[in-house]
Amino acid sequence: MSDLFTYTLRIADSSLILGQRMSMWCSKGPTLEEDIALSNIGLDMFGQANGFYEYAAQLDGTKSADDLAFNRNEREFFNHQLVEQENGHFGITVARNFLHDVFNFLFYTQLANSKDETLAALATKSLKEVKYHLKHSSNWLIRLGDGTDKSKRKIQEGINTMWQFTGELFEMDEIDKQILNAGIGVDNTALKKDWDSLVNKTLSKAKINRPKDAYMATGGKKGLHTEHLGFILAEMQYLQRAYPDAKW
Amino acid sequence: MQSGKIKKIWELLNTVPDPEIPVISVVELGVIRDVIFSENSYVISITPTYSGCPAVKAFQDDIKVCLKDNDIENFELKIVYSPAWTTNWMTKKTKQKLKKYGIAPPSDTVICPQCDSEKTELISEFGATACKALYKCSDCLEPFEFFKCI
Repeated sequence: MSDLFTYTLRIADSSLILGQRMSMWCSKGPTLEEDIALSNIGLDMFGQANGFYEYAAQLDGTKSADDLAFNRNEREFFNHQLVEQENGHFGITVARNFLHDVFNFLFYTQLANSKDETLAALATKSLKEVKYHLKHSSNWLIRLGDGTDKSKRKIQEGINTMWQFTGELFEMDEIDKQILNAGIGVDNTALKKDWDSLVNKTLSKAKINRPKDAYMATGGKKGLHTEHLGFILAEMQYLQRAYPDAKW
Repeated sequence: MQSGKIKKIWELLNTVPDPEIPVISVVELGVIRDVIFSENSYVISITPTYSGCPAVKAFQDDIKVCLKDNDIENFELKIVYSPAWTTNWMTKKTKQKLKKYGIAPPSDTVICPQCDSEKTELISEFGATACKALYKCSDCLEPFEFFKCI
């Protein structure tokens, strides 16, 4: 496995798993407009995942994009643990997506300058969509936080619960460092400052508190996950596992 | 011979409608980036509007049917991501067609396609397709879709 393959796969995995989470809102959104919005965001995530999987498949040379999505187990998935967390109530979903959208926005802004033309093109494309996702989650964060006592309590709960999964976003392992040194990858650690300032700005607009940094979960890059990923894969991969190579 | 055929292909592509907005063709939408002749086949470069837009797959199938129906067999469709698709590629004529169809075309000011009022209000950033947002007019009170600028 080349470093570039693994690097690309990690990006694809986070997009796919968040897309799968968003698709679970389809027909269950709090209002019709919101249902459409959440499903649309899911669709964007699937589209982005597809672009990165196609590139990973090309780098690998033996597997297809579908093989990568449907024929790997939990330990072979490298997504951020943040995106596999359960949707919970609407406040949990908004909080999770907001924290990830801010990261994605900063990450793709940098990746758009990559020396690797394909990654740069995919990042430029994804960035246009992520800007809308960030606008959507930020607006809801502010509206809920500055809303009723109940909505404020629920969005604060969302931020508090998801906070422990944000530390991992800024980690750099050997592969990240290699790819960064090659002029291809992003320096995740360097994104933290802008992430903090954007997050703080929106949290303060929403009149909710920034949780204190405490225990931070880690392991997504190594294929270590919370219990939720297995359930997501079980549902997502069922058909391909039960009827290998099924076409329709 | 080849340049004549390339012109013919462009003409044919201009008859393939966008599956979601049938009043405009895939050429008018700006997703057909190039048609060239390379190694005995015509390579048609397509750029997706939004990464996950289901219409991209649908119009690829429509293009294949349209070209085959017109006895063009030696072609391939190639997906290109760069430069990323932008609503700036839409011509004025295309925007007028959108407006006539009831969709506010991409622009800095969102204007009601029914009564031309500039007093409009955002309902949701996301509409029935990835490329559109939901608005309503504060004058004529009609809800309408706005083609987002990207």
